[in-house]
Amino acid sequence: MENTLIITVENCNFYYGTYRALTDVTMGFERNRVTALIGPSGCGKSTLLRLLNRMNDLIDNTRVEGRIFFEGTDIYGKEVDPVEIRRRIGMVFQKPNPFPKSIYNNITYGPRLMGVKKKSDLEALVEESLKQAVLWDEVKDILGRSAMTLSGGQQQRLCIARALAMKPDVLLMDEPTSALDPISTAKIEELIEALKKELTIIIVTHNMQQAARISDRTGFFYLGRLIEYDDTAKIFTNPQVKQTEDYITGRFG
Amino acid sequence: MTADPFRITLRRRYRSERIFFLTLRLAVLLIGLVMLAIFGYIFANGYRAISWEFLTTPPSDSMTKGGIMPAIVGTFYLTVGAVAFALPIGVACAVYLTEYARQGTFVRLLRIGINCLAGVPSVVFGLFGLGFFVVFLKFGSSILSGALTLGALILPTIITAAEEAIKAVPQTFREASLALGVSKWRTVSRIVLPTALPGILTGSILGIGRAAGETAPIMFTAAAFFTARLPSSIFDEVMALPYHVYVLATAGTAIEETRPLQYGTVLVLAALVAGINLFAVLIRGYMRRGKRW
Repeated sequence: MENTLIITVENCNFYYGTYRALTDVTMGFERNRVTALIGPSGCGKSTLLRLLNRMNDLIDNTRVEGRIFFEGTDIYGKEVDPVEIRRRIGMVFQKPNPFPKSIYNNITYGPRLMGVKKKSDLEALVEESLKQAVLWDEVKDILGRSAMTLSGGQQQRLCIARALAMKPDVLLMDEPTSALDPISTAKIEELIEALKKELTIIIVTHNMQQAARISDRTGFFYLGRLIEYDDTAKIFTNPQVKQTEDYITGRFG
Repeated sequence: MTADPFRITLRRRYRSERIFFLTLRLAVLLIGLVMLAIFGYIFANGYRAISWEFLTTPPSDSMTKGGIMPAIVGTFYLTVGAVAFALPIGVACAVYLTEYARQGTFVRLLRIGINCLAGVPSVVFGLFGLGFFVVFLKFGSSILSGALTLGALILPTIITAAEEAIKAVPQTFREASLALGVSKWRTVSRIVLPTALPGILTGSILGIGRAAGETAPIMFTAAAFFTARLPSSIFDEVMALPYHVYVLATAGTAIEETRPLQYGTVLVLAALVAGINLFAVLIRGYMRRGKRW
């Protein structure tokens, strides 16, 4: 059992100043699965996601309690470099945020700084990650064009490709389709399905149909607590806790 | 149908809007006229003095004839030197203040200090340059001392402009880079600074104009009353356009006769500043390609 979990969160509390955003969260994320975190706004699901790759470090006056293990290492341990953690646990944000560079340079930006120099290696990486993000056919002839000229959906897939180029083990997605139209959303959902063969995906979403469609496991958060965490099929057909049922049936949220 | 309660208010709204816009237009017009008057006056009085000889020869006959070539060269060196000194330090300072320093009392005090420095009269910088660079560091009255003094003068402008430009870089760019496992310093140097560079250059443009035009800071630190030869090292004194005008207009032997020379010099100074600014604007435009977001 231990081996199937790539990330485990143990008794985690998180504070913004004196405000407690997460209360005693304990959960494990399974390897090569899609785990969805759902819950109403402000319930702590994005906060938890950003704890997993130490993005909350960037916010002043915050405090973490408890432990988070990634492949057996405590990622908040003293000897751990957050930069290396972030390389292995990639992230895609709510709003597409490509750099104001060319499509090609958006993807090679990370690998280059990791020491990949050879042009053929970089080109192979660009092609591979764009294919994984199902964007290759649309942009293969315009790789030199600014990423800012792409549509929102294309930009988001570029951001996914950019994250994939770093060969992460885990991909965190913070409401990756909330700013996109239904067709772009469908494309991203499809690629998530294909990606889980190679890596672990943890996705925060407000869209319950999306969670039901793409995830294997679903965690429901409410007021900073993990209320219920189970197989997605079970959460959506036979929730054990009343609050979960109320939320997924649309009685509040 | 009874009276529409909104009709009067609407008319009144249009009227107050017209008055408001008229006031704004007048303000712009006034500024435009003043600028036009200044440049027109300088041009009308100065253009006759401009000739190839004026631009390429040193002054002669106790500075009542001849050209201003040494002063052009001197001002060019001083300005470029000041920017070369102040730009890297100013940008580094802005990066520290915005990206690294913990925002608290200390940083707030630093910012207040920088803003105060921007308001200090330039002659104070001149005396500082004399005391520190010329005497204490024994650079003598030289291009080096003058450029450092002018650099100190424009430093607050550059720091403030660079800070604003760095703050204007969307936080999402930083997040995107950090989330890829790129270190903070690399994020700053590869993403934040290149994105902020056009804005930083805008600030430097303001600095350039100020550095080229100031007289007081170079009076004690760099400017020679008269020297026909061109500087051969950064430890040489130079003539400078603003100081040359000051000398001709107040201390010369023939103040009235050299009026055309004074206007000509001022015209050249204005053209030089405009030229350097234009160059900076062109670089900025070049850097902005494909950088819109």
